[in-house]
Amino acid sequence: MTFLTKRSDLPLEKDASSKFVPWLVAPMVFLSAVALAGAFILSTLIARWDRDVSGTLTVEIAAAPGEASLSGDRTRAKVEQTLRILESTPGVARARALTQEQLVNLLAPWLGNSDLLRELPLPALLDVTLSQDVNVDLAALSKTLAQSVPGASLDDHRIWLARLIRLSRAIQWLAVSIVVLIGVVTSATVYFATRTAMAVHHDVIEVLHLIGAADSYIARQFADRALLLGLKGGLFGLGLTIPVVAMINFGTEQMEGGFLADLSLPLLGWVCVLLLPLVAALLAMLTARAAVYRSLAQML
Amino acid sequence: MVQFDGVAVRYGRGPEILQDIQFALPAGSFHFLTGASGAGKSSLLRLIYLAQRPSRGRILLFGRDTSAARRYELPALRRRVGVVFQDFRLLDHLSTLDNVALPLRIAGATEQDVQKFVPDLLNWVGLTEQMHATPPTLSGGQKQRVAIARAVIGRPDLLLADEPTGNVDDRIAMRLMYLFEELNKLGTTVVVATHNENLVSRLDYPRLLLENGRVTKA
Repeated sequence: MTFLTKRSDLPLEKDASSKFVPWLVAPMVFLSAVALAGAFILSTLIARWDRDVSGTLTVEIAAAPGEASLSGDRTRAKVEQTLRILESTPGVARARALTQEQLVNLLAPWLGNSDLLRELPLPALLDVTLSQDVNVDLAALSKTLAQSVPGASLDDHRIWLARLIRLSRAIQWLAVSIVVLIGVVTSATVYFATRTAMAVHHDVIEVLHLIGAADSYIARQFADRALLLGLKGGLFGLGLTIPVVAMINFGTEQMEGGFLADLSLPLLGWVCVLLLPLVAALLAMLTARAAVYRSLAQML
Repeated sequence: MVQFDGVAVRYGRGPEILQDIQFALPAGSFHFLTGASGAGKSSLLRLIYLAQRPSRGRILLFGRDTSAARRYELPALRRRVGVVFQDFRLLDHLSTLDNVALPLRIAGATEQDVQKFVPDLLNWVGLTEQMHATPPTLSGGQKQRVAIARAVIGRPDLLLADEPTGNVDDRIAMRLMYLFEELNKLGTTVVVATHNENLVSRLDYPRLLLENGRVTKA
């Protein structure tokens, strides 16, 4: 932290051109932190969805045609046959058919819980759990089922999950792009603020230059100042962020249902958010240094 | 120490304000650079302290061809040259002490060295009481002494002074010249640009006379 106490030959602390830098960095860090937190939360959510649905399959068997009692018998026969195929397939840990009562409960929210529902020729559903150790050839299993059991189809949930993950990944990349864009805007602002300060202090810089100051000596003074201003703004921005992220965590914990229970920032996310002020300050410092070097290169 | 071979300077597409400058300053010498106002004394000094490059010709400084020197090599060469600018070029926001300490700090001296050497020198030039004053509060003569102190604090190999006695009375002017002489005796090569004929005649040193953009007497 020597830059906090290092003396400067340039009167940069009185500069109007750099006074706004912390006020710019603060909202930038706030927005970056929120975008970054969003990206991490989405990542956790995707991982959870992926974990929950991988390792499970659903086999649906269309109800056999005909009179209700005959249809029921034929469908049950198909279920038995399907179970035999599944149990003989390597990699299938467990397969069970959902009972009539479970099917009715699944449909009740849409069709109502009436006796009529029990008399309808409902398709049979089989819940299949796959072994963690063996990979199942799902294409071959689907083909076998379709050939052996008319009306049987395999659903591994991948299609809708893939779409959901694709959407989530797109949002994640959008968040990362926002963070990068914010970095670029912050950097550009610091760059032009530094160039302005150099123009304001041109006479002082020329004197330092003529009495033998190397570019690094002059650049160090601007860079230290930018680091300090960036850190001030960054910490202020972080101060705004922490309550917001904590409120999201608190809010999701209060919500019922498992779907949103993971909407909290993971540890790595917290580390990244807490490091943002330092990253912003270093970005400001490096930008200021680059601006000074570039400007001084035009002098003899 | 300093050698000019066929050096010329022009600004933009204008005429050459210095033409075919040819001279050599041996190490440890003391020279006056004289000429009427506008003769090009300051431009010639600017070439020596590497504030600008010549339009043509070659300048050797401490044996190094400055036009062939890489940009990153120039600060080290400049640190061997002490300059008293005609307009002083003091930094108004810094105290007298900090202004004088600049060359030491730029050269990487410790604060201990700064606190040891700078007050001594300020005492020598009679500015002890103004040590913490800033240049806007100093008189013209005091500013000039600060500028001289800043130029000599780093014990440069070459000292260039552009009209160093312009703002002081004859007594102070002679005292400053004695300071330059002391430095010269210690091995510093000195070039004093002046149009003060009285001063030049009182001290018996060779002169470079600039007339019509040429050094006519070396």
